[in-house]
Amino acid sequence: MNPLLRRLRSDLFATPADGALSLGLIALITAVAVGLLQWATQRAQWAVIQANSTLFAVGRYPGDQQWRLWLLTALLTAVTGVTWGLLRCHPRADRDGTLWPRNDRLVLGLLVVVVLWLPGALQLTPALQIRWSLLAALLAASRWLAGRFGSKLSRPMLRLFPLVWPLIYLIGMVLISGGLGLMPVSPSQWGGLLLTLLTASFAILLCFPMGVLLALGRRSDLPLLRWISVIYIEFIRGAPLITLLFLGQNILGFLLPGGFAPDRIWRAAWVLTFFAAAYLAEAVRSGLASVPKGQMEAARSLGLSYPQTLVRVVLPQALRVALPAMVGQFISLLQDTTLLSLIGLLELLGVARTVMANPAFLGHSAEVYLTLALLFWSCCAALGLGSRALEKRLDPQTLSRSSSQP
Amino acid sequence: MRDPQALLDPLDRPPWWRDRRVIPWLGQGVVALLLLVLIAFLLGNLVHNLTTRGMLLSWRWLGQPAGFDISETLVPFSAEMPYWRGLVAGLANTLRAVLTGLVGATLLGTLAGMASFSRNGLLRGLTRTYVETIRNIPLLLQLIFWYFVVFLSLPNGTAALQIPGVVLAKSGLYLAGFGQGMHWSLPQLVNGVWQAPLRLSVEFAALISGLIIYSGAFIAEVVRGGIASVPKGQWEAATSLGMGWFATLRHVVLPQALRVIVPGLNTQYISLAKNSSLAVAVGFTDLYSVAETTLNQTGRALEVYLLLLGAYLAMDLVISLLMNGLNRFVQIRER
Repeated sequence: MNPLLRRLRSDLFATPADGALSLGLIALITAVAVGLLQWATQRAQWAVIQANSTLFAVGRYPGDQQWRLWLLTALLTAVTGVTWGLLRCHPRADRDGTLWPRNDRLVLGLLVVVVLWLPGALQLTPALQIRWSLLAALLAASRWLAGRFGSKLSRPMLRLFPLVWPLIYLIGMVLISGGLGLMPVSPSQWGGLLLTLLTASFAILLCFPMGVLLALGRRSDLPLLRWISVIYIEFIRGAPLITLLFLGQNILGFLLPGGFAPDRIWRAAWVLTFFAAAYLAEAVRSGLASVPKGQMEAARSLGLSYPQTLVRVVLPQALRVALPAMVGQFISLLQDTTLLSLIGLLELLGVARTVMANPAFLGHSAEVYLTLALLFWSCCAALGLGSRALEKRLDPQTLSRSSSQP
Repeated sequence: MRDPQALLDPLDRPPWWRDRRVIPWLGQGVVALLLLVLIAFLLGNLVHNLTTRGMLLSWRWLGQPAGFDISETLVPFSAEMPYWRGLVAGLANTLRAVLTGLVGATLLGTLAGMASFSRNGLLRGLTRTYVETIRNIPLLLQLIFWYFVVFLSLPNGTAALQIPGVVLAKSGLYLAGFGQGMHWSLPQLVNGVWQAPLRLSVEFAALISGLIIYSGAFIAEVVRGGIASVPKGQWEAATSLGMGWFATLRHVVLPQALRVIVPGLNTQYISLAKNSSLAVAVGFTDLYSVAETTLNQTGRALEVYLLLLGAYLAMDLVISLLMNGLNRFVQIRER
């Protein structure tokens, strides 16, 4: 028998009961899929997304300053392309040496399709459509250039390259908020995807060192440090995020001398950071617990100081084990940014709620919320995929294979 | 100046700033001092700011009439009752949502977790899709979707969705039950309005559907992990003894898997209890929602916040204690 048929039979029709269940499920799935397709193509009116695409992307960011965001996007695209190319141009044992592995071609193909289809579907002006195409071309070009000539770069250059990312972050903050000769744009005008990504990336970057320190504190031999960490972690983990955001909005002003409290958006971003740090600390702690005690003792007996032992021996092993849990926390942090809409900030969900309050779009909430769901799903699923790939790359077995075959 | 010879003496203690027994304590002392200064600074500001506004900690406002109504309550409440009654009514609503959510999510999660070990590939795939879809979409977005897109677009009157004993309409979810005079009665249409012994508001129905479906996906993962932790030989041994799929799961695998499942469930239950505070987005008046209204009316931010935090911490603690008790019960006692 055909192996596919055999597989199908053992998977779906092993027993009569199984067969009946399968048939029922197939009918259900078909009905749902057909219904959804019919709705999406015939009944749904996507004009609500088309008319508000700028609002969803950047909120009320002033129109004459939006070139700064385009510039930032172009910078990010170029750096992403170069990083991607550099990662591929050095052959490794866990990968075939080709410059364009199948997954890369798949990703680029998907990107091209999205870039060609999406701006048209959103009915953007031709000028914006051209920008999208240019961005895609920039990504492909920088990816190709870095892949082609990356191997000619010297080793110190390659080592310094990751520092470009924090630099881009700083440049991005200046471009977004103004200053240094640029017209300032106050945080109350940021919104949509821009605000979501900004708060999420800010919290992810800052909660990482805090989480590691808290986890170390919780496992420390010093009672005071341990107790401070335990109390902090358990307090934060015991309270719902929304009550902490409430604390940030309503009580932080009382705790600081008058006029010192930062803007509402930064307050919320800091609350998110402090919140995520407690959860991240627990993820890191599980990683620390997995490192055998002998590692610490061996490193110390070799004469490494305590900080050296932590940074060079214990943390690399602990963080590798904690990686899936940590990325899980980052994913839920990205999802938690939607709670900012409950305290009146206009991130993606907040924009959606204001758009739905407009009577012109009454009855089309399904289109908006399903689009947002798709957007969040893609971002979170991509993070999850990246985490699994990184986990495989950092697996000790893969690493030992790649070092034994230089 | 110290005698250079003394440095070579192994029994001589180093000066205190290089003594390994002193440094850690010194470091802790510095941290404690910094922390105390920070706390004193924050508290000082708090007291100063509150005194200038004449809002220093006071609980007298709890006895004043609330002036707002709560649309559905378990404990009787009306606008002329004091604030504390309102907060109690809100807490009762939160507990109702959490308890319903816990039961529903456990059932759904266990079923989905068991289904991911089914022989049927389609069922496995469907479970996988369910878990991966739900976990990658924010809960708040899901709740808003259920409320605004699903429940608020339901038809009313005769067009409402009807299964024997259950009616789902825009005006609420109607369930059969024991009505007046303790006799069984079904939902029925009286003058175009549904009547039933048990009515749940759409807000509550949207909240618990969202919570159950979201937490169910996480619990399914916990259950799947627990079942996967049972060695394959246990399945094979039970099957070779002639036990069926369900009997194997029920009598052999689950009792062993529970040891791994219960601690994971504890985390999920606590996060469900905390997530119930998102009820405010779908218009269900839970504790957080009452607290927010109270704050807006009285301006008592600190007191309201302390009450809110205390209530949620207490809820987490109770769940943890119960689950730890359960954990002791399911642990395999070895000699």
